[in-house]
Amino acid sequence: MSEFLSPKDLPAALAARAAHPDYIPVAGGTDYMVASKDRLPPPGIINLFGLGALTGVTDLDGGGVRIGACTTYATLLGDARIANTFPLLRDACREVGASQIQARGTLGGNIATSSPVGDSLPPLLALDAVICVASSAGERRVAYEDFLVGYRKIDLAADELIVAIELPAPHVGAMQHWRKVGTRRAQSISKVMMAAVAHLDDGRIADIRIALGAVADRTVRARATEDALRGSAPSEEAAKRAREALRGEITPIDDLRSTAEYRLGVAENLVRRFVLSL
Amino acid sequence: MGHASNSSEEAKAKGSVGKGLARVDGAAKVRGTARYVDDLKFPGMHHGLTKRSEVPHGILRGIHKREGFDWSQVVVVTAEDIPGRNTILLIEEDQPALVAIGAHVRHVDEAIALIAAPTRALAREAHGFLDLEIEEIPAVFDCEEALSAEVNVYGDDNILKTYLIEKGDADIEEKLASCDHVVEGLYRTQAQEQMYIEPQGMIASWGEDGVCHIIGSMQCPFYIQKAMRALLALDDDNLVVEQAVTGGGFGGKEEYPSMIAGHAALLARKAGVPVKLIYERDEDIAATTKRHPSVVRHRLGFDADGTIRAIDVDVIFDGGAYLTLTQVVLSRGVLHAAGPYKCENTRVRGRAVATNTPPHGAFRGFGAPQTTFAYERQTQKAAALLGMSPFEFREHNMLRDGDRTATSQLLEGSVGSEDVLRAVKEVAEANPLPKDDPATSIRHGRGVAFYFHGAGFTGSGEARLAGRATVALAEDGHFEVRSSSTDIGQGVQTMFTQIAATGLGVEPDAVRVPTPATDRVPDSGPTVASRTCMVVGRVVGQASVALKNRIESWASENGFGDMPLRQAATAMAKVEGEISETVQYAPPPGIVWDDETYTGSAYPCYGWAACVIDVRVDTDTYEVAIDRCVHAVDVGKAINPVVVKGQIEGGTLQSLGWALWEDVIYKNGKVANDRMTNCIVPTFSDAPEMHTIIVEEPFANGPYGAKGVGEIPMDGPCAAAAGAVEHALSTLVSSEGFDALPVSPEAIQRAMRLDS
Repeated sequence: MSEFLSPKDLPAALAARAAHPDYIPVAGGTDYMVASKDRLPPPGIINLFGLGALTGVTDLDGGGVRIGACTTYATLLGDARIANTFPLLRDACREVGASQIQARGTLGGNIATSSPVGDSLPPLLALDAVICVASSAGERRVAYEDFLVGYRKIDLAADELIVAIELPAPHVGAMQHWRKVGTRRAQSISKVMMAAVAHLDDGRIADIRIALGAVADRTVRARATEDALRGSAPSEEAAKRAREALRGEITPIDDLRSTAEYRLGVAENLVRRFVLSL
Repeated sequence: MGHASNSSEEAKAKGSVGKGLARVDGAAKVRGTARYVDDLKFPGMHHGLTKRSEVPHGILRGIHKREGFDWSQVVVVTAEDIPGRNTILLIEEDQPALVAIGAHVRHVDEAIALIAAPTRALAREAHGFLDLEIEEIPAVFDCEEALSAEVNVYGDDNILKTYLIEKGDADIEEKLASCDHVVEGLYRTQAQEQMYIEPQGMIASWGEDGVCHIIGSMQCPFYIQKAMRALLALDDDNLVVEQAVTGGGFGGKEEYPSMIAGHAALLARKAGVPVKLIYERDEDIAATTKRHPSVVRHRLGFDADGTIRAIDVDVIFDGGAYLTLTQVVLSRGVLHAAGPYKCENTRVRGRAVATNTPPHGAFRGFGAPQTTFAYERQTQKAAALLGMSPFEFREHNMLRDGDRTATSQLLEGSVGSEDVLRAVKEVAEANPLPKDDPATSIRHGRGVAFYFHGAGFTGSGEARLAGRATVALAEDGHFEVRSSSTDIGQGVQTMFTQIAATGLGVEPDAVRVPTPATDRVPDSGPTVASRTCMVVGRVVGQASVALKNRIESWASENGFGDMPLRQAATAMAKVEGEISETVQYAPPPGIVWDDETYTGSAYPCYGWAACVIDVRVDTDTYEVAIDRCVHAVDVGKAINPVVVKGQIEGGTLQSLGWALWEDVIYKNGKVANDRMTNCIVPTFSDAPEMHTIIVEEPFANGPYGAKGVGEIPMDGPCAAAAGAVEHALSTLVSSEGFDALPVSPEAIQRAMRLDS
């Protein structure tokens, strides 16, 4: 049997984490429970779900928000700031699992699992999220792209917990776009995801951030594609350049859910469609 | 006074057939009080687990209990522990219950040993310490490759069964050559998982009296009884098979439950305690039967005016490693292969081939969806070639009352072919497809399918089965319907309640339909083949009327003539003991079937159906969304229209799922996508709004005119969906990209790529 710890506050949680680096911190448990059938139980579990310090959305100076790591998708879906300022994240949360999963699954949990098919991850990357990590020694802040270090690997030490996600205010007038392509309409694991944010200046793409899911070992920014588009008018010609750049920078794989050819082709089409929509 | 209340009771009861009575099993299922097999516990019960081959083809050389585990904690069963014949008896005795040492292993998930332990965790641990020694030999996984017989799986040539249907005197090649046009197509369909909500499971226990009691999730208690007689060397007095509340079957719980029942019984026998054997979802997906993959070559010859003059079909089904029900599935496949069309010159050849994959078996539609997909793709292509509307081509060629089928069966009555096609055509024409906007990625398309499905067992099958049902007055004063027909979610208990209530002239709540056990019910035949309402429902109705008549004559003879039926029955039972009536099914006269030449009355009657599917294809993601689904089905009579609509709409979605999303991926003969997250079936979100039209052309020999409905909705929507995608992309794709299922986004992308 695993020991089950339910710390009462953040210091207690961080102390438990430091004392038991081999225990698994669990937020909503929606990933953990699915995988538990096929592996030995861990020596212990640190339950973080419902911990006040890790839950809820607060305003940041300058129009951004700070989201507690254990905030559920359901909470995010009911939050007017998320809907108004970060519709990209709202749209992604809406397509996670079903109502039961949305009521239990958390943003921090999705980041910690760091599956290449995590549905909330491309929006965070496209929105320039900063991950706030804490240990008993203090808090540090990491750009989300740097936090992703490999296949299901994140920059988190054995005594640290993810405590919050900060989203800076997007540029005024920026377009946000989300598209999940799954194996079916609901309850589906993604085959390709695209989160994109862009704004125009004088008819040209002043800035664009494109994050893709399910096309690499982790959620990735399509940097070369962005570079190919920045400064251009959103035309078929620009879209063509973007497709070529994208082909050069992602190498998706075949698996049980789809094919490399499909993932690449669809990612190209989605980028093109986004460019033409600007 | 009594008389008045009797007649008002009768008036209400008369309304029962044809009304949408709420499901009698519904409340318990919604409240969670229904007891499925995994909810049942018996004192001292152990948990069973199956040790499987993991090698697709080989010879079992040894079973070794590795050291490091205390084997005294568990019971291990091998083929040596079988008291009877080592077989899962159904049609042939080719499939063993457990592979014996020295014998062949023929698929990766073949059962070799069984373990029972006080807990599941301990059984799992023992499973890890049990080693199999198998000498691997080359395997074959493709049914066309298996025809070359380089690897021998079954007999000398791997052919499990062949059929030939021939109609017309002329040589088929000459006849085809004389047609103005011949459309030729090669169609492939994939395996399909039933994905019933409740995985398979059984509990077996042996009483001190030597009686083996088996309870579990099943469609056919008497199939299990037959298999257990052989495996356990028991007679029927020492064997009771009981259905627990069952969460779906779709054919998947027709034959495989005999395997699990046998395994649980062998474990319980050796362990001396009850043993529960429940499959995990992954084990269930990997090991149990699926729809037969198929390869169908179809040639359709017709004249410039659209008249079909010659049909030649070659059908190959992949049977998997053992025969199971394959020959019967292939039979239905070939009997439907020429379609519901008039044609004087027809040839259908069918072969079922053995491969080293887990055996394929029964699945709603039972061979007909595979051949329906082929002939309805052909019809669409023929109409397009002639520039005829898809409705006009079908109307021109359809079978009508008085016509003869490919087996020369004369259709007499209950032929709703014109009605169903007209019904969907009217809705389709009133709702034209939206125009495509080239600035968007969306393309619209429409597909049509028209098909039939033989209800009940083939040929003289129903006469051989001689199904019986009993209606009795139970001790608590309810009328009880006793049959071996199982409610697996399709509404049998509700439908029997309505038929019996109407026959008896009582209110539905006076009737009860318990789950069957072989010691309490007569053998009504299996719950398969769209036969339960038409055949068993018929005898339930007859028994109800017979019982009512008996009670009424007793009542009038004994001076209780004014008494309501239930009261009179109770009074009669006090004097006469339990009162019941049992009726055996009498097939309609004039059914003549020749099994040698495959000619004559293949089925007592047919259901008829047509559907129109409108799709939206997103050319960015190659995803297909269904915008409209209009489906008209001639069911003879809808005993409960709500249940019938549920059957039609569920079957439609299962067919659309098979067409667009579902696939079973095998790697080295093993199912690779054995989870609900990767073995994709559609959800409510994928289901279109359905426009379902019930057509009633009564069948004289069915209860109140009813005939089969369970399977027909599975047959045709797949072809309409593939046709709709082809239509949507007709300006973009000209290849035959939609002749293989599933028409998945990946397949659509490939088709578009090949053409660009």
